[in-house]
Amino acid sequence: MLEVTGLSAWYGQARALHEVDVRVDEGEVVSLAGRNGAGKTTLVRCLIGLHQQASGTVRLHGRDITGLPAHSRARAGMGWVQDDRGIYASLTVEENLLLPPTVSDRAWTLARVYETFPVLAERRKAPGSTLSGGEQQMLAIARVLRTGARLLLMDEPSEGLAPVIVSRIAAIIRDIKATGAGVLLIEQNVKFAATVADRHYLLSQGRIVETLDNDEFRRREGDLLKYLGI
Amino acid sequence: MSAVLQYAVQGLAAGSFYALAALGLAVIFGVLGVVNFAHGAFYMLGAVAAAVLLDTLDLTLWWSLLVVPVLMFGFGLVVERLLVQWLLRLDPLYNLLLTFGLTLILVELVKQRYGVSGLPYQLPGGLQGRFDVAGVVLPRYQLFVLLFSVAVCALVWLTMTRTRIGMILRAATENPELARALGINVGRWVAPVFGFGVALAGLAGVLAAPFRAITADMGNNFAIILFAVVVIGGLGSIVGAVVAGFLVGLVEAFGQAYAPTFAQILIFVLMALVILIRPAGLFGRQEATT
Repeated sequence: MLEVTGLSAWYGQARALHEVDVRVDEGEVVSLAGRNGAGKTTLVRCLIGLHQQASGTVRLHGRDITGLPAHSRARAGMGWVQDDRGIYASLTVEENLLLPPTVSDRAWTLARVYETFPVLAERRKAPGSTLSGGEQQMLAIARVLRTGARLLLMDEPSEGLAPVIVSRIAAIIRDIKATGAGVLLIEQNVKFAATVADRHYLLSQGRIVETLDNDEFRRREGDLLKYLGI
Repeated sequence: MSAVLQYAVQGLAAGSFYALAALGLAVIFGVLGVVNFAHGAFYMLGAVAAAVLLDTLDLTLWWSLLVVPVLMFGFGLVVERLLVQWLLRLDPLYNLLLTFGLTLILVELVKQRYGVSGLPYQLPGGLQGRFDVAGVVLPRYQLFVLLFSVAVCALVWLTMTRTRIGMILRAATENPELARALGINVGRWVAPVFGFGVALAGLAGVLAAPFRAITADMGNNFAIILFAVVVIGGLGSIVGAVVAGFLVGLVEAFGQAYAPTFAQILIFVLMALVILIRPAGLFGRQEATT
């Protein structure tokens, strides 16, 4: 569903990504692990169309979306869950959910969102700024599900959250996978990535240095923790 | 007591012009990130347009309240497409240069065409005269200006808080990049928002036409006070712009009544106090201190 080939990116003269190839199939959760500064967030920003200095091609459902601006990529089915959650403080919870346009017939209804995330139903009229970190993460994920996006780019969804919320998010990711959507998970938390992902890319200094299936990833968990420096 | 009420109404009427114009400035700054230094000139154009429409086509204030904002909206669209859109990716310094330069051009063009002596403006009969309420004499037109602008501000506020367009504009104001990533074509809203802000400045000009000397320079002083209004209210805050607009009108009216030599200074003293106590303005989002 997502095929990235030869993606390179620059900040001015500094090269942040070198010929990166990434693929995510339908119903597949793929993690992208790497140290801080390895280029993970740059890669996501290139995919969503917010980083302009880039070359290579990005295809979604076989359609070349390389030249499309960010808003058209979102409408093509790409959903971004930002690392800082990107909840609008000046919008209510419900407005945050209703803001993005629906992009496919898989779009969740508001009723389904509230059924799945009762906490959001309780806080529907509250300003986004008043949510806790866990609630914000739920809202960020729910917002993208409501659009019917078929590829979710999730940047550090477990970061800074209590273990009980992290396992809740893992369950949600498995549910998303079961619906046939693809997930590209940017994650430094190796244990978390191992519980949800099918495949793992290791990114180092802007290059994909290894691609591992989940069994191998689990076997080398100790190594990888050391390697990722966390 | 009756004098106090008179000054209050006079101040609120004058504040109406600031509130409407500042509202336009706030909406433009919110969505475009451009501080429009030509706002005083757009206000002046609104007043001049009203005077010209009355003089040449016999269109009274009632018509001008409708026609001038529409014309100014169109003019704003043109200015945005031709000039302002190039600013969006540049250092903010350039928006001072461009919009201030535009002000000079507009002011000089009006001087060329209509001279410097001031155009006459006659109120329609229904708005002339005074109300006598329990011994307090209030000019009818001041009350009209006050009610009209409160209604317009309320309408804008409702649009911003209750409609989908308002929701999109609030999102685009708070984080335009994220709005784009969520599938919203933020660029599409830029020109209409600029046009709308210009229309509000023009509307303030129309309302001010019967009140003030209509000259090419009438926007200059207005613009200076307008920026004090925006700083007091909080740059980009819609509620702040309106509240501060009326507040500054009141300070100005009472200042002129009780301390005429300090009237203008008072506004800037108020501004300095606000900056000292709340640097982001009364309703501005205070920056996190981390």
